[in-house]
Amino acid sequence: MRKKTLVSALLIFSVMVTLVFTFALDLDKSTKDNVAVGVLWVTFVFSSTLGLNQTFANEKNQSSLEGMLLSPIDYTAIFVGKFISTYIFVIIVEIIVIPMFYILYGIPLFSPLFVLIVLLGSFGYTLVGTLLASIATRTRAREIMLPILLLPVAMPIIIASVQCSNAILSGAHWGQFSNAFNLVIVYDIIFLGVAIMTFDYLIQE
Amino acid sequence: MPKPNPRLQLMTISSLILIILSVYMVLIYAPREIIMGDVQRVFYYHVSSGWIAALAFLVTLITSIMFLATQNKSYDHVAMSSAEIGVIFTTMNIVSGSIWARPVWNTWWTWDPRLTTATIMWLLYIAYLFLHAGLEGHDRRRHITAVYGIVAFISVPLTFMAIRIWRTIHPVIIGSADPDAEGQFDMTARMTTTLLFTASTFTVLYFTILWHRVRIQSLFEYMSKLQYQMYNDLKER
Repeated sequence: MRKKTLVSALLIFSVMVTLVFTFALDLDKSTKDNVAVGVLWVTFVFSSTLGLNQTFANEKNQSSLEGMLLSPIDYTAIFVGKFISTYIFVIIVEIIVIPMFYILYGIPLFSPLFVLIVLLGSFGYTLVGTLLASIATRTRAREIMLPILLLPVAMPIIIASVQCSNAILSGAHWGQFSNAFNLVIVYDIIFLGVAIMTFDYLIQE
Repeated sequence: MPKPNPRLQLMTISSLILIILSVYMVLIYAPREIIMGDVQRVFYYHVSSGWIAALAFLVTLITSIMFLATQNKSYDHVAMSSAEIGVIFTTMNIVSGSIWARPVWNTWWTWDPRLTTATIMWLLYIAYLFLHAGLEGHDRRRHITAVYGIVAFISVPLTFMAIRIWRTIHPVIIGSADPDAEGQFDMTARMTTTLLFTASTFTVLYFTILWHRVRIQSLFEYMSKLQYQMYNDLKER
């Protein structure tokens, strides 16, 4: 039940972020080429961070994490489960936001490469986000702590994803964005490894 | 009660002497760079503080891994102390770079890959210190900060390599030169000697501060233990 309200709240939030940016940057069809993709990624980042803050909130409020830890499963399975559920939320938000950008700014956002980079970029962001959310829920000021911990770690993948998306949408050839694209993939692989290896230490009391 | 350590006092005095000598080396012994003039002298401290930042964060990485492997809490003290020193030296590195960039690049700041990655590194370790201060429970705090210390290290090789893999205006003095760089120069023998001397001075200084910081931390733990004992004694009475 709580997850349903979360999805609708995230959707409304991303629509609002888009609106704020539209008026703050005076976005119309002539200036959109330079900034619209950046605004799109900022919308993704903001709404994912909001969603990630809720990842372990239920467990924290009802102290059900101990119950999960007592069950005879690998801790990594808990992490993967949390990650997959958050990733699905993020994808749902993206499915709504991308057509909205298409309607508002008329950018052709439906190329397969662009969809791929959105999926890969949010994969890495959500992955690191889930790992750090399990840290942030244990601090005193948890809602504030997550962005402070997460944004600098995620900066490389955000920059690389924005560069890639810009290049793909302006019709650049592979050689012009292969560096940024590889960076996204390497980042995903490194943090998949780091997350699986370190999650056990994070969740133990 | 832990006594003052004579070896630590010796290191403190020798780093003081070395710093005075390095000031002489940088300001008088090193030749004046012909194009940039005296502002180039900032280079010796800029590179040295960058080197110490990288070294400090490497020490944080290694001690964090060692802590997770052995559960020995003195590794956690070293990791945290080293990250603190690293943040200070990164700040020095960024500030001295800005002072140099104002006359040479004609701007205090530009979003060049090297400057961007260095800023990210700086923010990451500030977040690490925030995390260390914001967590309750000793065991939990040690585990969690150790993991963040490992995650944050990804920014260090990225910062070091930034001027070597991307096109950037930041000069590469050691190693190959980028034609796009602005403020490039070739080092003379005296410049190399000065750079090596300041870098070694800063290395001695780093280990001295680290030792002091770890010692303060263990004294602090000792004090908390005494406070706890005293509290228990008073309660029994």
